[in-house]
Amino acid sequence: MSLNIIVLAKQVPDTRNVGKDAMKEDGTINRAALPAIFNPEDLNALEQALRLKDANPGSTITLLTMGLPRASEIIREAMYRGADTGVVLTDRVLGGADTLATSYSLAQAVKKFGNYDIILGGRQAIDGDTAQVGPQIAEKLGLPQVTYAEEILELKDGYVVVKRRLESGVETVKCPLPCVVTVNGSAAECRPRNAKLIQKYKYAVSPSEVEKLDDAQKALVEARPYLKLQEWNAAYVEADLNQVGLAGSPTKVKAIENVVFTAKESRRLENNDEQIEELIQELIANHTIG
Amino acid sequence: MSDKNNLIVYCEFEDGKVADVSLELLTKGRVLATKLGVKLEALIVGDKLDNIENQVFPYGVDVVYKVADARLYPYTSNPHAAVLINLFKEIEPQICLMGATCIGRDLGPRVSSCLHSGLTADCTSLEIGDHKDPKTGKEYQNLLYQIRPAFGGNIVATIVNPDCRPQMATVREGVMKKEIFAADYKGEVVNLDASKYVSDADFVVEIIDRHIEKSKVNIKNSPIIVAGGYGVGSKENFDLLFDLANTLGGEVGASRAAVDAGFVEHDRQIGQTGVTVRPKLYIACGISGQIQHIAGMQESSIVISINNDPNAPINTIADYVITGNMEDIVPKLIKYYKKNSK
Repeated sequence: MSLNIIVLAKQVPDTRNVGKDAMKEDGTINRAALPAIFNPEDLNALEQALRLKDANPGSTITLLTMGLPRASEIIREAMYRGADTGVVLTDRVLGGADTLATSYSLAQAVKKFGNYDIILGGRQAIDGDTAQVGPQIAEKLGLPQVTYAEEILELKDGYVVVKRRLESGVETVKCPLPCVVTVNGSAAECRPRNAKLIQKYKYAVSPSEVEKLDDAQKALVEARPYLKLQEWNAAYVEADLNQVGLAGSPTKVKAIENVVFTAKESRRLENNDEQIEELIQELIANHTIG
Repeated sequence: MSDKNNLIVYCEFEDGKVADVSLELLTKGRVLATKLGVKLEALIVGDKLDNIENQVFPYGVDVVYKVADARLYPYTSNPHAAVLINLFKEIEPQICLMGATCIGRDLGPRVSSCLHSGLTADCTSLEIGDHKDPKTGKEYQNLLYQIRPAFGGNIVATIVNPDCRPQMATVREGVMKKEIFAADYKGEVVNLDASKYVSDADFVVEIIDRHIEKSKVNIKNSPIIVAGGYGVGSKENFDLLFDLANTLGGEVGASRAAVDAGFVEHDRQIGQTGVTVRPKLYIACGISGQIQHIAGMQESSIVISINNDPNAPINTIADYVITGNMEDIVPKLIKYYKKNSK
C-alpha cells in the first residue's frame, strides 16, 4: 500500500547554544547571530515517515513548513534524506502568529493536499517549546492525534499502532487513519543525508529561489519537475485573514524581559584538603548536611 | 464575559490519587481566585471517582465537577477534550489551568483550538494584572498574566489573552508550591452525566498496552542534590556523584546537556525542560549554568559549584565556588564528610 505522508517541520533558530554574541547589549536577542536549523524533533518525525515509506514502497513524503521563504532549506535537507517534495507556506500576513493562528494556517494548507494518510511532526519546536501546534492542527482537521510518539510499530488496515513515551512509562495505542502523530525526541534519530539524493536534489528550489540560479541551472530545473518546490500564500490556502498572523492570535505578548539572576556573593575555595574539610564542617555545623 | 466567571483546574489522577501537579495548580488557583473574587473549581474526568473530592477540598476548592465513565480512564485525547469543550461552553470559566504534563500538553491545545481561546504552555509564574492594548488603547482589568520563558529560556515573556476565554495555561510539575489551604475546607460536588459531554464517536483511540511506573527517582523532594553537567564527562564519572549523593543522603540530578549526552536518564533532568527543585543544598559539578538550568534550581538554599572554569556562569549564583576537577574534589567531599559526621 502506498501512502501519502505529510511531515510538518519548522526552521528554527538554534536556541540551545545561545552564546554571548547572540545577546545584544540591550538584552534582546540578535536572531541573525543564531544559525537556522531543522527543528530537532521534526527530524525524528521525518525518520518515522521514512520508515513508513521504506515499508510501503511507492509512498510519497511531502514536507510542509510555514515560515520565511528561506525555509525551503529544510525541505531540501529532508529531500537529501529521502523526502520527495515540499511546500513552504509563506506570506507576510502569516507573521507574528501564536500557536493557534499557526495551526489554523497550516491546517488550511493541509486541506489543499486533499488526500493524505498520516501527518507527522515533531512534538515541539525548540524556539517555543509549546507542543501545541500538532494537537491544534488535528483538532482543526477533525482528526485524532497521537502525541509523544516514540515509534510507529505498525500501519495497516486503516490503523496505526504507536508506542508513546510518557513521563512515567510507555503506552501503546491504536489509532484510525488519517491522524496526526507528533514524535518525541526519544524516537530514533533521523538517518543522515544520502550522497545520491544530495546530487539529485541540490538544485531543488522554490519559485523565489529560481532567480538566484544561473541559466544552465534554470534549464535543469525546468527539465526536471521534481526540482520544483512549491510556495503557497494565505490566499492560495484560502485562509480567513482574521484568523492568521498577529491579528488572528488570541494570545498577545505584553512584555519581554531579559533573564537576570541575582548574583550571590560567592566564597571561592581552593581545591585543597583543608578548605574542603572546613566547608564540610561548616555545612554539618549549620545542619545543611548530616 | 462577566467578571464573576470562575477559575477551573483540570485535575489529573493515577491509581486513585490526584497528581501533585494538579494540587500545586489548585494552590495557585486558590490565590488567583481569591484575588479575582471568584470560585475555585476542579474538574476530574475518569473512572472510580468516589470520594476523590476529599483529596482536593483542603486546597480551597469550592466546586468539584466529576465526570465518570469506565471509558474515560486511562486518559485519551478526544473524549477528555470533548468533556472540557462542552462543559466550558456551559460554565464559561474565565481561567483554566492544567499541568504541563503528557496529558495537559495533549489536551490543552485541542480544547483551546476548538474554543478559539489562547493557551500558554509551561508557565513559570501566573499573576493577575491589567493590560492596555498598545494599538487600540482598549483597557482590560484583571487579566491572567501568563509568564513563561521563551526562546530557549533566554528571555521571559508575559503573555495575556485579552479577548478570548477561557484564558488557558499549563504549568510544569514542581514549579508552583503545593500547600493546604484549610484542612476542613468543604465545597460542593457536581456529578455530571458523561454521556451528555462525550459521544461514542469520541472514543477513537484504543489503548492496547500501558506500563506506568512510579518514577524511582525523587529529586523534586530531595533536600540534597548532587547535580552533574556535561563537564562530568562520562557515565563512569557520574558514579562518583552517586557515591557523594548516597553518602550525604541525597539524589543525583543532571543538566540537559548531561542527559542528552546519555550520562544519566531523563527523569533526573533539572531545569526548564526538566524538574524544578528547591533543595537545602545543591552541589553543581561540571555544570556551566545555562539559563535554562539555573531557572530550575535557583531557589536552592545553598549552592556549591565545582567547575574547572573559574568563570562558569553558575558561579555567580553559587555560595561556594571550588575551581578544579570534580574527579579530585568529589572524593574529598566524601572523605571529609565521613570523617566529620558521626
